[in-house]
Amino acid sequence: MAKVEKCSCGNDDEGLLERLEEIIISFKEKPGALIPVLQATQSLFGFIPQEAILKISEILNEPLSKVYGVITFYSFFSLKPRGKYLIRVCLGTACYVQGANEILTALKQQLSIEIGETSPDKLFTLDVGRCFGACGLAPIIMVNDDVHQWVKPSDVKKIISSYKKQKEVNKEEAI
Amino acid sequence: MDINKYMHVLKNAEDLTTLCDTLLKSKEYNSEKIYICAGGGCIASGSMKVKDAFVSQLSNAKLDGTLEIMETGCLGPCAIGPVVVIGKDDTFYQKVRAQDVKEIVEQHLIGGKIIENLLHPVDEQKVSKKSELPFFKNQDKQVLRNCGKINPTKIADYIACGGYKALSKVLTSMSSEQVVQEVTVSGLRGRGGAGFPTGTKWNFARKSQDTEKYILCNADEGDPGAFMDRSILEGDPHSIIEGMAIGAFAIGSSTGYVYVRAEYPLAIERLQIAIDQAQEFGLIGKNIFGTGFNFDLEIRKGSGAFVCGEETALITSIEGNRGEPRPRPPFPAEKGLWNKPTVLNNVETFSNIPLLINKGGAQFAEIGTEKSKGTKIFALAGTVKISGLVEVPVGTPLRKLVYDIGGGISTNKKYKAAQIGGPSGGCIPAEHLDVPLDYESLNKLGAIMGSGGLIVMDESSCMVDVARFFLEFVQDESCGKCVPCREGTARMKQIVDRICEGKGEMKDIDELEKLASTVTNASLCGLGQTAPNPVLSTLRHFKEEYIEHIRDKKCRTAVCKDLIVFEILDKCNGCQACKKVCPVEAIHGEKKQAHIINTELCIRCGLCLSTCKFEAIVKY
Repeated sequence: MAKVEKCSCGNDDEGLLERLEEIIISFKEKPGALIPVLQATQSLFGFIPQEAILKISEILNEPLSKVYGVITFYSFFSLKPRGKYLIRVCLGTACYVQGANEILTALKQQLSIEIGETSPDKLFTLDVGRCFGACGLAPIIMVNDDVHQWVKPSDVKKIISSYKKQKEVNKEEAI
Repeated sequence: MDINKYMHVLKNAEDLTTLCDTLLKSKEYNSEKIYICAGGGCIASGSMKVKDAFVSQLSNAKLDGTLEIMETGCLGPCAIGPVVVIGKDDTFYQKVRAQDVKEIVEQHLIGGKIIENLLHPVDEQKVSKKSELPFFKNQDKQVLRNCGKINPTKIADYIACGGYKALSKVLTSMSSEQVVQEVTVSGLRGRGGAGFPTGTKWNFARKSQDTEKYILCNADEGDPGAFMDRSILEGDPHSIIEGMAIGAFAIGSSTGYVYVRAEYPLAIERLQIAIDQAQEFGLIGKNIFGTGFNFDLEIRKGSGAFVCGEETALITSIEGNRGEPRPRPPFPAEKGLWNKPTVLNNVETFSNIPLLINKGGAQFAEIGTEKSKGTKIFALAGTVKISGLVEVPVGTPLRKLVYDIGGGISTNKKYKAAQIGGPSGGCIPAEHLDVPLDYESLNKLGAIMGSGGLIVMDESSCMVDVARFFLEFVQDESCGKCVPCREGTARMKQIVDRICEGKGEMKDIDELEKLASTVTNASLCGLGQTAPNPVLSTLRHFKEEYIEHIRDKKCRTAVCKDLIVFEILDKCNGCQACKKVCPVEAIHGEKKQAHIINTELCIRCGLCLSTCKFEAIVKY
């Protein structure tokens, strides 16, 4: 399991863990709290670090094995840090019959990573999805919550570089 | 509509009627409207930029006081979005870009002249009115009655369209038994796929003496190719809340959960807004309409597990566990969430409820076939001209959906099959295009109604590959609890992989059939029980393609990579572009002379084909 890493947004780990503790306590009385707590953890850290699992298990009084079991069951939870942009290629039926596999291949080539991996610059994580319900626009890919429709393998390069640019703009703004 | 002006807690049924009347008489309600689709599809195509352009252009033209911009739920034809409808003359504009808006405002709204090049062409004719377009004319929008007419984030819009009247009728003038009776008479069957009679399900739960019961809405729409529920959640969320509240009253529950898949962030956002607004108006919460009926509703987000669309797995997931199915019986109506009697229905089913109560069960049953009543929403996608969301009476022939509504095949190839029912469903070949879309007729063909995903495929789709796609899907999504599902689908996939690679044997077909029957019979939940359907259905209707793959080592559609041959034609001018991109140096030839591909070395990556600018490379 990965440890909490210093994240690029500038928040320190201690601060995030404290915030997590508040979240867990606020959910504690809710029936079936484990999954909403894990969802909050995932969005807080971008993944679920070991320290968080320990804390969740302790406060919710759930065995570690159960927490771990639930995390690994659902594909939205990740034990590894993810890139700033999560690229998900839809492999639903409509996208599949319209050539989604070729887009996936192009993305793998362009980013030099496989499904589930993160690019060395921590910018992109590549994943696949099973239908995002935008079949009328197939084939689609999602980058975080943005939908890109009618994607052709030749568009991939442009899409990736648009996010790289965004990152640079953000950097400049921060300065 | 400016909601705050009319906002107050509705203490009784009369309050609702008064509010509805006030809204209907209000200036906002009666002003002319411009409808801009804010469904997920059109937003992705840029409809919010179009909306912003309308806001500024209307203000420039000083029309912002007289015309109201309405951001609506999904209008349906996602493929030609962003779509805009001009309310006063029902003009339907397609593929509108922000830069088109100035022209629409100046020429059409002020000048009264319709912009021809933004109209949707039908048989080379331009049709301007939405109601006259075949896509809309051939539909019967009952459940989607409000989608495209109201702003889903404004409860006032829903109330003005008669929203929450059914709830008020139920709470003030009906007994729980009468409600269940009405639902039973209507003949409404579960729209999630299985088609179980809703009234019967409710009656089981109603009869239970337990004081604690739950009502759940299954919005974990995981079938690839299905987006009906998403569109209702995004376009008319109050209809689901109202339907659930009526259901809760009917079975004697005061708590509900909507389990929405995490892949639908916009649906979650809009449903939460709707729940908050319903609470502010006293339409859910404590002592609704002063009748003493309480109902609380909460959203639970899914976390990316397809199996959670199965009812017992969904319940297990809400309880905070791995979403593994449980054996039935006991059925959820007896022992469901936290072992209490629970009714679980699909989004579309709940959305039908207010309609059914307002109309009365008998009138509701006038639409549809003898055994399947009402309408069904289908998500039409694939190689069809207008893909999108359509609603037709149950029993409408498939041909009408594909050709009359969807406009036919989008490519220059012929219709080959429609895949209906997702990973649990099957394929309908061309000779059965006239099959009525109802539960029984589809079952007879080895497909299922399913939740309504309908993917049209032209002749470029390989049916063995389609079977492989679904096997990969179910194998990936099998929760692993039952060995026949976990291992059986993996073995089936191995066999189909082998066939696609040209290494299959004739006995593989029998083996597939045998395994399919084991997986079907020995799995606990619907996922496993129906997992072999795509294989069985393609074997039934397209067996000759399996045989070609096995005997002739040939894929007629050139989809199965290992069976493809790439060839450079004589017209090759020797530009060497393909030679340079070939990753395995399988292409040979001198400059300015026709090249040759060494098929022994070729890994069939297709790079040469996509690189050649002279159409000198073919695959077959």
